[in-house]
Amino acid sequence: MGFECQIVLLWKNLMTLSSEHINEASLRRLNRQERYKLFGLTLPYLVLVTALIIIPIGWLFYMSFIGRDGTLSLENYTRMIDSKAYMRIFITTFKISILTTLICAMLGYPLTYFMSQLPKKWAGLCMIGVLIPFWTSLLVRTYAWLVLLQKKGIVNTILVDLELISAPIKFVHNTSGTLIGMAHIMLPFLILPLYANMRTIDKDCIRAAASLGATPSRAFWTVFFPLSIPGLLAGLLIVFVLCLGFYVTPAILGGGRVIMVAMKISSNIELYFSWGAASALGVVLLLFTLLILFLASKLVSMDQISGRN
Amino acid sequence: MNFFNAHVSETHIRLRDRLWLYIFSIIVLFLLIVPSLVVIPMSFSDSQYLEFPPRNWSLRWYENYFSSGKVGMGFNDWLGATWTSVKVAVLTIFVATPLGTMAAYGLINSSSKLRSVLFPVMISPMIIPVILVAIGLFYFYVKFRMVDSLLGLVLGHSLVAMPLVLIIVLAGLKNYDMNQEKVARSLGASRLRAFFEITLPQIKFSIVSACLISFLTSFDEVIISLFVAGGDNSTITRAMFLALRDQIDPTIAAISTILIIISSGLLLLVQLFGTKKE
Repeated sequence: MGFECQIVLLWKNLMTLSSEHINEASLRRLNRQERYKLFGLTLPYLVLVTALIIIPIGWLFYMSFIGRDGTLSLENYTRMIDSKAYMRIFITTFKISILTTLICAMLGYPLTYFMSQLPKKWAGLCMIGVLIPFWTSLLVRTYAWLVLLQKKGIVNTILVDLELISAPIKFVHNTSGTLIGMAHIMLPFLILPLYANMRTIDKDCIRAAASLGATPSRAFWTVFFPLSIPGLLAGLLIVFVLCLGFYVTPAILGGGRVIMVAMKISSNIELYFSWGAASALGVVLLLFTLLILFLASKLVSMDQISGRN
Repeated sequence: MNFFNAHVSETHIRLRDRLWLYIFSIIVLFLLIVPSLVVIPMSFSDSQYLEFPPRNWSLRWYENYFSSGKVGMGFNDWLGATWTSVKVAVLTIFVATPLGTMAAYGLINSSSKLRSVLFPVMISPMIIPVILVAIGLFYFYVKFRMVDSLLGLVLGHSLVAMPLVLIIVLAGLKNYDMNQEKVARSLGASRLRAFFEITLPQIKFSIVSACLISFLTSFDEVIISLFVAGGDNSTITRAMFLALRDQIDPTIAAISTILIIISSGLLLLVQLFGTKKE
């Protein structure tokens, strides 16, 4: 039907051009005009992204090669390698990102598996439980953890009352507080792609394994788990990449003791107006992010992630 | 104990044998939902210190929020900041949704080769770490004297919201048969009329979701606001972040409660529209 409509449409257009003959050349020209018009619709979006993201980031890239005296140099990068402080920031960033990702995997995989086994109605209810924190403001959640984990906060009060600990533990303004807060914020990012993937796994495969004599745990490890790897990988990578550039939660729950790359970039600009150093850090952060996403795209195809094979 | 012996999956595992999974999952769900809700009782506490459960109840933090004067620290009062946030979020809907929808429409009708080039560029605001987007914008706005302006904030937030609009509307258009529009046009409708009368009513749920998500994205945005907003155009998130870095002001618990109500209300709307679509 579509093809016929197109013919009628073209014929109609051609009638308005009355003088011309219906030949292949004019058909092609009309087709091309149509395509240009449609491409034009994407232009405002592209212009905005180019002007406000691509060009400024290109400029940051350029700034990262400008030294203090205003000439081209690699000093911003050599300083990053030489300086112990910068190395420590990179190590902290990777450490926090890897740990957060692992915590999310350990908490998220069983929960998602549980959800994928439930009837759709119940799974939908659990999904609301995952989406509520997803859409609650980042700041609100960070603040809530600050309240919960304080020295006189609820967590410490309960632990002391249960006599599990004798004195309140310091949870906030250090690495453990940062990890707890970040894992809470990142967990939905792991669950969503993993759940989409697990829902597409054919239950008949597991049934087949069971009927051939596999024990429940063997059926899980040899059939279900391998099939869920694309979703798990997608979730892990999203979480890891988001952690690398994270700013708000470590800034508040880390209390200045946990310094990640994004915070250093910000302080370089806000406190020291040092665009060169900030840009170089930014370029390195961006390259890591893109590298990881590139590797990810080689490992899992986007269709596998969204479950549309 | 028939219940615990029931087979719960294809492998005939008994409920009893994986009770741990159920308990573990419920604990994780609890940890996901409950911590944010702790701010609600806190906001009604009378005390300056955050004790739980609060000893005396009061509305003083809400009064403090609604009657706030200048708080210092380089931003306007809480109410003023909230008003800025609402204005920016509403304006973001009007920038991000049309641009994102147009781009989705153009993209779905273009060749797959062009699509594979344009799509990564279009979702780049989602891929690039926000901190870089923020300092890039800051640099751009300094050049064009747009720092602390409402327009700058709206454009910045739109950048972050547009990829989400694009993805939502693209998903909506994928389930829609473009040939219907061709039929309308072959019957004499202009392209614009065909879009508004045939296509738009059928993807309106995607567009409504896109609007709500644009609003929420802008309303919750912190990092871009931190860099490009200031003075009278400070947003509520920026004010909260600056206040949180320095002290634990219980007024923030009151604001957080209000924010939770707004975002869960909007989420409920999205869910309602989403289920209607199915």
